[in-house]
This record gives sequence, structure tokens and C-alpha cells, in this order.
Amino acid sequence: MAMTMAEKILAKASAKKSIEAGEIVMANINVAMTHDLTGPLSVESFKKIGVKKVWDPEKIVVIFDHQVPADSIEAAQNHIIMREFVKKQGINNFYDVNEGVCHQVLPEKGHILPGEVVVGTDSHTCTHGALGAFATGIGSTDMAMVFATGKLWFKVPETIKFQIEGSLNDYVSAKDVILNIIGKIGADGATYKACEFSGETTKEMSISERMVLCNMAIEMGGKTGLVEPDDKTIKYLEGCSNKKYEIMKTDDDAKSLQTMQIDVSNLEPQIACPNHVDNVKSISEVEGINVDQVFLGSCTNGRLEDLRTAAQIIKGQHIAKNVRMLVIPASREIYTKAMDEGLLKIFVDSGALICNPCCGPCLGGHVGLLGAGEVSLSTSNRNFKGRQGSPDAEVYLSSAAVAAASAIKGSLMDPRDNK
Amino acid sequence: MEKKIKGKVWKFGDDIDTDIIIPGRYLVLTDEKELAEHVMEGLGSEFSRNVQKGDIILAGKNFGCGSSREHAPIAIKGAGISAVVAESFARIFYRNAINVGLTLLESKNISKKVSQGDEIKINIERGVLTDLNTGEEFEVKNLPEFMLDILNKGGLIPYLNEKLEKD
Repeated sequence: MAMTMAEKILAKASAKKSIEAGEIVMANINVAMTHDLTGPLSVESFKKIGVKKVWDPEKIVVIFDHQVPADSIEAAQNHIIMREFVKKQGINNFYDVNEGVCHQVLPEKGHILPGEVVVGTDSHTCTHGALGAFATGIGSTDMAMVFATGKLWFKVPETIKFQIEGSLNDYVSAKDVILNIIGKIGADGATYKACEFSGETTKEMSISERMVLCNMAIEMGGKTGLVEPDDKTIKYLEGCSNKKYEIMKTDDDAKSLQTMQIDVSNLEPQIACPNHVDNVKSISEVEGINVDQVFLGSCTNGRLEDLRTAAQIIKGQHIAKNVRMLVIPASREIYTKAMDEGLLKIFVDSGALICNPCCGPCLGGHVGLLGAGEVSLSTSNRNFKGRQGSPDAEVYLSSAAVAAASAIKGSLMDPRDNK
Repeated sequence: MEKKIKGKVWKFGDDIDTDIIIPGRYLVLTDEKELAEHVMEGLGSEFSRNVQKGDIILAGKNFGCGSSREHAPIAIKGAGISAVVAESFARIFYRNAINVGLTLLESKNISKKVSQGDEIKINIERGVLTDLNTGEEFEVKNLPEFMLDILNKGGLIPYLNEKLEKD
């Protein structure tokens, strides 16, 4: 039977020959990730289940990234709970405060493979579909069930295939493409759908850029983001894993498949305006809005390519007088590479701050919070009211290029004008 | 789970996200009463200060969009809310709510038909919501049987424990 990639992965995980969208299946989980913020609730729920040991410690990954190093006594206590859990359960895949953001570290360390089912107690777990895995965010109680049984039920999602075509303009990137799509279909436009990104433009994109697309599938309600693995995927995986995997692809005649054509050839840099991710405008409509803080980082745009792009724009210039700029590499590996390439010096010389790899101000729990009336331009993925601190602050979302140009100017700026 | 629910309506709009329900800075908390003190704080403190046990949240589309934080349904449940009725729910929130034993119900266009402060009753088995202030009745979409089963047991953990015992 013709199936989508999402259906094929879930069929394999639930030991079935074929499945259809809408069906409920009990799938075996290949990777279960939890972090310092949602981990303690998962552990608490797990303790309420009458099972002493987790189903398979080798398939569990625990990582600290949201509040690292601990910024409060409560956060420190949560870290202790998780360290004790890891020790007691014999979990070897444990990354303490020094590794970086889960959605960058997991692929880097070889935990993500095509054709596998990945769950994480973080809504942006969908990022990992960029390598062809079925990856989705779950809550802490669902995670407790996974810890105990290694299984979780899923309603098999239908698939929307975004056929992205056209060459991108200079300084226009995956972030602009995904913001444009979310602006078009809305914050619930893909509710419970698998969002598969396809077409020539996607094929041209690096793995990091594909991660940006998949990362934001949740911002339109998607169950997961997916990109069909190709030579780039295989090459990326050669660098981080020696495990075997199976590549699955969507059949063109799959029943639950819906296709949407996206032409990006004339796309301008895109901005998501307060307070909803689907409130998307072209840069030309919002140029000149003053910003107090610029955040370059997160599981969306804290990767080496983002730092390179931003450094290239900023090099030799100073950020605007009234602007604070926070640069947060998404992982230790990216941090050291950025150091070796001289990127960090460019940022520091420009007046920016470099923080340790972590989620930073993205969700308003850790460093760089905003006060009332302040405006942030952020390369992260959410701009909800109160997301980065005060409910009376405003958050705009953009690519790394727009963030860099705007930091120099002190207001929203088209990076193509920074000559 | 109660088959019949009666309570006062607190109305909210579309796309009520998890940062509104429980802002990120409170995610270090795990206790439902402590979380409840900050529920809906993204929109101010009126709700958390005045909500009464048994009250009902009634909202537009895409309620609970955003994060996978289970703190969100826990905070709502901790505040004593007996059910959330919305035009649609974001899916991670939907699962999380059922898993922690918070009743969710979907009803088309409901946010345009019921007013803030109205007294409503819901007969879950019959799938009917009645606005006691206007006497009007509305259809409520019932949960899939599998999820109703989890909710009836009080959430995923009691459901799972019963299953594990049987096996």
C-alpha cells in the first residue's frame, strides 16, 4: 500500500505492514529525550507507576539546557533530581550543563537516525525530522509511560507536503521560508499534520537549514516536521554515528497526502511580529522599528551557519549604542568552531555578549529577560506575550542576517541594505 | 471524571498559548497549587485571583498552542477548573490535559455564543452544553473512546497502573 514517510516510520515502529492516517498505533520508541525543565515532572510521574527500572537506559537521553548553569535554587534542585535519576537508572546518555541545546546536541552526538521514532518533552523535538526521523514533542506523563514501557500511542497523522521551489535571494534563508509558510497557513494551519518539506529549494538547503524548517512545524500546529533523507543527510550522519538506519520516503500516491506549492523566488526577509508567530510581515513593512535587545541563538538559529552569516554582516562594525546583543551558540561544538573561525571575536569586538550554550532568553526563564516596554528581535521560534520576560515587552522573530543588520542599525533592517 | 459539569464561564480568545497559561519563569515549580497561583498570568492576575473551584474555561480556536510543558494543564487543574471547552485544541496540550485528568471538550463557534460569567452545564454523555443564562443548547463533540477511558480512570498514570496489574 502507498504510504507517507510518517506512516512508514510509524508502521515499522508498531510492527505493522501498513497503516493509515487516523489509525491509533502503539509504537516502540527509539529515543526518549528529556531536559532540566520538563524532566523533574517526568520523573515524578514515573515514580507513580509501579515500575522500578526504566525500560532501556540506552534509549533515554537526559540533557540540561534551559537553565544552565542553574540560575536559582529551584533550578539547582531540579538539576539534582535529574542527576540522581540518571545515576539510579544507569542512563549513560547524560549531558550536564556544558553541552548545549537539546535539539542541536542530539543530532551532533548521533542520537538521531532516519526512520526512527524520537520523542522529547519539548515541543521543538520536531526539529529532528530534518534527518528523516519521526520526532515529536510530548508531555511529562507521556514520557513517564515511555520510561516505563518503551511505548507510546499515536494517532497516525496525515501529511502536508510543502513543495518549496525557487532560488532564495541573498540573505534570505530557511527561517524566512518557514515564517512565510506559517504566515500563510496560520498557527493552527497544520494541526496534527506531519509537515514534510520537499522541492528543489529544500534539497539545496544544508542540514542546519532543514532543521530550521522542521523546528518550526509546531508553530503551525504540526505533529512533526520531516525532510526526505538524501546524500547530504547520509554525509551528515557519517560524521556523528556508525549505527545502521533505514531511509523511508513518501510514495507519491499515498492516500493521506496533501501537497502545497510554495514559490520562494521573490521572497524578502520575513518578520514574525508580536504576539503570534503567524503574524508575519516582509521586512519592508516593518523596517525602522526600534529594538532594545537582539538575541542570536536557540534551537532554531544558533548554529554555525547562523553565526557565520551574522559575523559576516557585523564584522568591523559596532552594534548600535542603545542595543544589547546576546550571542548564544547552540552547542559546545558550535561554540568551539566559532571560536576557531574567529567569529566570537567579531561579536565581542562589536559590543555583543557571548553566553554559554543554552536556551537563553528564548522562553524567558533564564538570561537576558526583557522589562516592560522593551522590544526584542530574536532568532528563536516564539514571540508569544510574555515569552521573553515582561508581558508588556514585545518580541519580533527573524533570521540571523536580519538580527545582525538590525543590531548595527538599532532598528529592524533589511540585511541587503547593509552595504 | 464527572459526567455532568456545572460552573461559571471564564472566556478567552483564540490561540491561547502555553506561555499565557503558565509563563516560562514558573516552570521550575511542579506543585499544582503553586502553579495554580500563576495560571493565566500572561494576561494578568485577575483570573488566578478570582477563579473558583468548578469554574469552566471557554475559549476560541487552538487553545494551548506552543510548548509541551505539562505545567499548563496542571496549573489549570490546580486552580479548580472543572473543564476547558474550546473550538479546537493544540495537540500536545490536548494529550497532556487528558493524561493529567483535565476534562477537555470541543464545540464549534462556542466562543461567539456564550458570554463571560454565564452559568453553563455540560452533559458529557449526551454531548450537550446548556447556557443557563440564555437557555440555549449547543452540541459538544465527545472525546474518542480511548481518551475517555484514560480520563475516566483519572489520567494516564492510574490507567497505566491498572493495565500493568492486569498484564
